[in-house]
Parts: sequence; C-alpha cells; structure tokens
Amino acid sequence: METTEKSSNYQAPDELGRFGPYGGRYVSETLIHALDELKEIYNRLKDDKDFFAELDYDLAHYVGRPSPLYFAEHLTQKIGGAQIFLKREDLNHTGAHKINNTIGQALLAKHTGKKRIIAETGAGQHGVASATIAARLGLECVVYMGEEDIRRQAMNVYRMKLLGATVVPVTSGSRTLKDAMNEALRDWVTNVDTTFYIIGTAAGPHPYPQLVRDFQAVIGREARAQCLEMTGRLPDALVACVGGGSNAIGLFHPFINDADVEMFGVEAGGHGIETGQHAAPLSSGKPGVLHGNKTYLMADDNGQIIETHSVSAGLDYPGVGPEHSWLKDMGRVSYVSVTDDEALNAFSQLTRVEGIIPALESSHAVAYATKLAAERGKDQVILVNLSGRGDKDIHTVAEIDGIQG
Amino acid sequence: MNRIQVTLDKLAAENRKALVSYIVAGDPDLASTVPLMHQLVKSGTDIIEIGVPFSDPSAEGPTIQRAHERALANKIGLGQILELIKEFRKQDSSTPVLLMGYANPIEWMGYARFCLTAKEAGVDGALTVDIPPEEAAPLNEVLEENGLFNVFLLAPTTTDDRISAIANMASGFLYYVSLKGVTGAASLDIASVEEKLSHIRARTQLPVCVGFGIKDAATAKSVVAIADGVVIGSAIVDTVFKSGSLEKALIAVDDLLTRIRAAIDE
Repeated sequence: METTEKSSNYQAPDELGRFGPYGGRYVSETLIHALDELKEIYNRLKDDKDFFAELDYDLAHYVGRPSPLYFAEHLTQKIGGAQIFLKREDLNHTGAHKINNTIGQALLAKHTGKKRIIAETGAGQHGVASATIAARLGLECVVYMGEEDIRRQAMNVYRMKLLGATVVPVTSGSRTLKDAMNEALRDWVTNVDTTFYIIGTAAGPHPYPQLVRDFQAVIGREARAQCLEMTGRLPDALVACVGGGSNAIGLFHPFINDADVEMFGVEAGGHGIETGQHAAPLSSGKPGVLHGNKTYLMADDNGQIIETHSVSAGLDYPGVGPEHSWLKDMGRVSYVSVTDDEALNAFSQLTRVEGIIPALESSHAVAYATKLAAERGKDQVILVNLSGRGDKDIHTVAEIDGIQG
Repeated sequence: MNRIQVTLDKLAAENRKALVSYIVAGDPDLASTVPLMHQLVKSGTDIIEIGVPFSDPSAEGPTIQRAHERALANKIGLGQILELIKEFRKQDSSTPVLLMGYANPIEWMGYARFCLTAKEAGVDGALTVDIPPEEAAPLNEVLEENGLFNVFLLAPTTTDDRISAIANMASGFLYYVSLKGVTGAASLDIASVEEKLSHIRARTQLPVCVGFGIKDAATAKSVVAIADGVVIGSAIVDTVFKSGSLEKALIAVDDLLTRIRAAIDE
C-alpha cells in the first residue's frame, strides 16, 4: 500500500505546527518536553520504511483495510441526483475510522518505551480503539470520559472495560468530551515520564494535528484510488462530518491539490445554528485557544468555552482541529451544518434503503450529501466518508423514537 | 517602575524572600475579592496573584478547578476582574498584582485592549499558563509597550537551553513549577527542586519563585532556603472555601499566611 504522498503545493503545518495562524503549542511548560520528544520521534519515523511496513501490515490484517468504497445505488435512486459513494470506515475493526490513528500512535508509543497510554473519548469510539490496541500490545490504558457521555454511550463503556481499560468518569465542567480532554491533559502532566497520550482527533498541541491527519490520510488515499478505479475519475465533491475533524481531514488531505474536487465539512447543527444549541464552531465561532491549539471555538463574550449540543456525542465539541480553521479561511473547504433532526432522518434513510446503520456522527455527512446530491446532476460523483457504524447509537435513537412515537 | 520590580528590588535589598499569594477572582463571590486582596497584603503578601477563572483550567488540580467553577457561576469576566483591581488600587497603590490565567479570555478580548485596560486598572503583569515562549511573542510585545511584565513558568522538564531562552523573554521573576503535576498536587521533593534551581541560577539573574505543592509553613521555609520566594495557591483557595463566610475567611487566611510569613522570615 502506498503510504506517503507529498503534496505539491499545500505544505502545512510549518516547523512550529502552525496552519496559517492556527495550531501551535498552547500548553503549560511541563508538557513541552514531551511534545518535543514526540515530534522528534515522529519526524524520524515518518520517513522510516520499516515503521510504515509495520503500520500497513496492522492496517491490512488487524483493521481490515482497505475499507471498501461502496456505490449507494438505492440511496442514489431515491434522491434522483448525483451518484453517492460511501467510504466504508464503519467496516473497520472496532467500528470507526478512529482505529487508523490509534494503531499509528500506539506504534509511536512503542518506540518511546512508555507502557501506559491515556485517551479522552466522547462517543467512546476512540476510547474503544485505544483500549483495543492497549489490550493487543499489553499496555495499561486509562480512558477519560465525561459523565454525561458515559450515560449516553453505556455500551462503549462496557466494551472498554471488557478490553481491560480503566474508564474514569469526568465530573468537571460540562462533563463531555472537552472536559475529558482537560482531565487527560492533567493526567499527562502528572505522569509525563511514563505515559503516552493518544489524542483521538486532529486537534491538540503540535505535533498531534499533523500526525493524526497523517495516520487518517489513509482514508483519502484509498478513496482516491478506489474512485478512479470504479468511476474512471475523481469525485466532484467530498463530504465528511466534523467534530474535532479527524475523519474529515483524513479524507480531504490527499485531495487538497485536486482543485476540481469540492469539499464539504459538516458540523453538528444541533437544534439549529440560530438557537445557539449546536456544536458548529466553524459555522458560528471565532478563533481562540483551547486544548493546546489556536482554532475556531465556541465561547461566550468573556471567552469562556460554552456547552455545545449535538445528538451525536462524537461531534459534541466546542473546538475543531486547527487545519480545518485554516482550510476554512483559505476557502478550500466549505463548512456547513445539519441539524439533529436531519441527521436522524439520514440515519433512518440509509438504514432502510441500503441496510447500513451509520453512526450518528456519520449520519450528519450522509444528510448533507443527500441534500447536495439532489441539487447535482446524475453525472456527478459525491464521495461521503461513512466514518463509523451506528450500533453504539441504537439506544439513543430508540429513546428518541420512543419519545416521538 | 513596575511595582513587581520595585517589590523584588526592595526584598533583595533587605535580604528577604517573596511571599506570592494566589486567589481566584470572584471566588466564592465578587464582593469577597477586594477584601481578600487587602487581607493578603496585611498578612504579609508581597505579590498578589489573581487567578482569572476559565471554563477549561487544564493545569489546575481539583481545589482550584472548583474555585474557577464557583467564580464562573457568578458570571465573572475579565472586564469585571479588571474593575475589581481598579477598586483594590483605591486603597493600595504599591502592592504588585499579577494576573494568572489561560489564553482564551485574553484572545477573546484582544491583546491590545487587554493590556491597555489591565494597565489602567493597575495590573503589573500577566502569567498565561498555556502561552509558552514559542507562542508568546505577539502578547509579549503589547505587554511591554504597556509596561506590563510577562512572567513565565519553568518546569522540572524544562531543558537548559529552554531555561536560557525563557529567561531572555521573561520579566520580573521566573515561576518554577516544583513538580510534574497540577496545582495543589502532592508534596514537592526539595532535593529535586534544589537540583533544578542550580541549573536555573547558572543561566539567569532573575529571581526564582517556587510554586505548586507548597501547603504549609514548614514547606515554605525549606523552599525559601534555596529560592527567592514561594507561591501559595491551593492552600489559600481551600482555606477561603472552607471558611464559609468572608469574615471567617479573612481570619483563616490571616492565620495561614502569618505563619508562612514568619517561617520564611526566620
């Protein structure tokens, strides 16, 4: 499998981890040394053939890559517009794209010799992926998860425990993903000598946004080759959901220099952008600093981070990876949003029409893709990242259906 | 001259050590902050450090996290905090006030407006936990233009090269984080602090104050034997919280700080 692809004109981040004005390393002094160490190891290994041979082997034989590109023929017929293709990250081991990154970072951890890994999780997918790798490599694993998310994602909590991880409920702040990340940072600063922090999304201090993107870019590289093979050309548009934005940047990055490929990042519109109850910093926030990087954020007039709302725990985050902020300002990617209701409708539609139950996060991308497809001609190709499967969300959806029906 | 400098010069001339005391603005309520600041001074504080509450205080342990949450429940913002300091200045024109907090409230207000308003309110410097030197140049420039000091953290993990680079950017004093961990963590290890201080002393003339993990007079005393001052944070915040009323808090804080002051003056 092809693992490296140099962009011809898009070169980010720079040496200091900046994507234009975004990114960087906004952390307390204690963590700088560990970040320097990580950057040094990553810079050494990212051009190392053996490292990538090991990674590619695991991606093929443990994760099950390449994930298929699926022509959603029935959905396409139903919509009656552009052809919709789904990149099936939901078929990966553990059920989402998260494992691509966790495997990569765990390999880095192995090279640092650290025996303890920590992770934050929202929907639980990254926590499960981290616990899975920890089980396989015999590492101690501690996962921080907001109390509110633990309630919403009970099945994933149980999965992590089965895998031998310790799940620590986070009771500070809004008790969701952002607070889990604060708690993971506190653990890391305390146990920095023995602990490797596996960040689950393309955010955090440099070099995390870069290395998470690089590990997730396998999605876009495969999708690009598969699309060429199946349709004889590149897609007209890419669509992916954006919480922290790792599945989206993974799909987008290998296409950035393909000027004719449009890109759409779909944020969680919650109850609607106009209600303020959403998780769409790129649609309605402004640049600030959170969790180690400068990026678009949702905060009040005093710069206090505000509580977000989304039906999907994995998108319920007030910030976004810094590269998305830069791609927004550059105008390379269009960031849009869909509401909870639209995502839930897409969830049902895809399930009924294609027999694929998507994660609520991915349902946002599907919802926008169907809107886009309806506006486009039948000759166009829209490629959607189906970033995860919906098994974990069955309970949430059943609860909502129960209330509604 | 900046009040932090005046105070540090005076302490050096008298061969005394600095007591830096930290409280969170607006904790437990807005009305308590100015009386508490005056009490800190009466009880022997040389430099007041005012914690600016933030929704995501990722470097703080539980004690100060909860203080931030209590303050934010009172809807306090950076603008109001600067008003409180202006009020403090009506009765105290000499005690230095250092703001300690996180980047985002300052980013949101804008560097220029923050520095100008802070200067007018009588603030003397800022310590922004999550703006390390690599990211500090833009803020540093505006702080300097307004005569405000930028105080930086040094950590047990800071390399010798970084110590030199940070000392070059810093003004006033350096704040050495005594342990790998969050504020209010377990006890510090005096031998390892001493070892690191020798590296720092070899690279800068700036005074070094030590914080994180100093809970009582005995620890403070052992720290000032090797450093230029101590920072007391969680112990004060905890004392205020447990007091239950402002009146009791003033007495309890006085009791705590008087003992620490006596120990470091011995």
